[in-house]
Amino acid sequence: MIGMEVHAQLSTRSKMFCGCTTDYIGAPPNSTVCEVCLGMPGVLPVANARAVEQVVRTALALECEISRHTKFDRKNYFYPDLPKGYQISQYDMPMARSGRLSLGDREIRITRVHLEEDTGRLLHAGDALETASESLVDLNRSGMPLMEIVSEPDLRSAEEARDYAVELRGILRAVGASEADMEKGQLRAEANVSVRPRGSQELGVKTELKNINSFRALYRAVAYEIERQVRELEGGGRVVQETRGWSESEQRTFSQRSKEFAQDYRYFPEPDLPPLELRPDWVAQLRASLPELPGELRGRLAEQYALSKFDVEQLSQESATARLFEQTVAAGAPPKQAANWIIGNAPTLDAQRLAELIGLVVAGTINREQGVRVLEEAQASGRAPGEVVREQGLAQVSDEAQLGLVVEQVIAENPRAAADFRSGKQQALGALLARVKEATGGSANMRLAAQLLRHRLIQ
Amino acid sequence: MTLTRDEVRHVAMLARLGLEPGEEDFYAEQLSAILAHIDRLREVDTDAIEPTAQVVQVGSRLREDLPEPSLPQERALTNAPETKDGFFVVKAIQESEP
Repeated sequence: MIGMEVHAQLSTRSKMFCGCTTDYIGAPPNSTVCEVCLGMPGVLPVANARAVEQVVRTALALECEISRHTKFDRKNYFYPDLPKGYQISQYDMPMARSGRLSLGDREIRITRVHLEEDTGRLLHAGDALETASESLVDLNRSGMPLMEIVSEPDLRSAEEARDYAVELRGILRAVGASEADMEKGQLRAEANVSVRPRGSQELGVKTELKNINSFRALYRAVAYEIERQVRELEGGGRVVQETRGWSESEQRTFSQRSKEFAQDYRYFPEPDLPPLELRPDWVAQLRASLPELPGELRGRLAEQYALSKFDVEQLSQESATARLFEQTVAAGAPPKQAANWIIGNAPTLDAQRLAELIGLVVAGTINREQGVRVLEEAQASGRAPGEVVREQGLAQVSDEAQLGLVVEQVIAENPRAAADFRSGKQQALGALLARVKEATGGSANMRLAAQLLRHRLIQ
Repeated sequence: MTLTRDEVRHVAMLARLGLEPGEEDFYAEQLSAILAHIDRLREVDTDAIEPTAQVVQVGSRLREDLPEPSLPQERALTNAPETKDGFFVVKAIQESEP
């Protein structure tokens, strides 16, 4: 049984409660900070309207109920990455509850979505952690707007946990709430994992997995943890409720001391921020402005263009890819061909030119391999595919007389393969075709060449 | 409700307050008195009153998402007891990583 807690940094220009820039990656340490995000005494936070809007948009995309009345709370604990001694978060009145995310025909319930602020970053000085006597603190990340999305323990395997996180990333990107790049720490996944005997209705003791920096790490950490817990229980031991970190180098989870016990966060309402009212008419406006979501896009691609599941998955991973596909089809390319070219070659051509290229192949002016060369040339030179074909004399040889001469020559030069084919070895045709291709510098219309070969050989 | 010494020590630890020997009893008494006062407030019938997180009802005061200049790094670090290469320096935080 797996429940996920996903944190996503929101795409805003300024931080959650102050005007500092959110563009801190690569900035010198402690250079995108001010009195508010440094936690100086006497300063007052003011919530970022755009961050609130992005949480509501995400929550709507996850089919949540939006709370009309919501507020911020202080979560109190001491840690050097938290200059105020508390994190502004939301406790008992989150902005949204009770949503869902679909994974194929499975529905994962979303418990809540809330808004909080990110902490700073702690670097351990020195090479060996044990010998380090000091830690370095960079507060550039302090006060970044952070959204937390909590799911019910509805996930059943490491694979589902990963698929959930991938789908969530797609939704976050589609609504524009977060860039959600795991490597950049914009998306952080924690998994609560427990196991129970088959048929049992009770939840087992759970562990919380942290330190997960990629979808692959998520998959492996959860898979490892399920196995570890099963081994523990089957060996007569028990699972201890604890936080465990994922070690990428050792490919295993390890026990971490928890910072403080959950009930000791001593949450109380943030006195420096007024309660927030999310007015139903405003929420309705946001709902109406939601873009097409990944699930909807997949359904439409499959139906409208009669694409396979594989093609749909490949095309829908990035919205730019899906857009290129649809525009290429709109510019006249057959959907299946457009899908193949986009998935197989990741073209950087615009839709108009890509459709032109596909058109040249479909019409038989050039063959597929020539098409790939034309694509590369067009991308490198910025010229239109048709132009490239004309300039380089790339058009495939479809002239029967001309190709017929080549075919006869190839048969004459390869008597053995010719004899093999005549004696019934179909695969000998492949060897002969390869020679034809070679002799024409790859420009032969291969379908015609095969026809001609068969014809001559059977005579 | 009376707080035990252990509870007082726990609360002091959470607040990072050092207690002298004997102070546990002193604070146990004071904190218990505060809780007793809260218990008295509980006697008031509040069934018909909406829970209030704040007394100032200004409603949603939000800020437009506009970046403003931050502090220069040297200003940000100016009050720190120790700094290094633009970082604040604190005593090592040990995680129990292998």
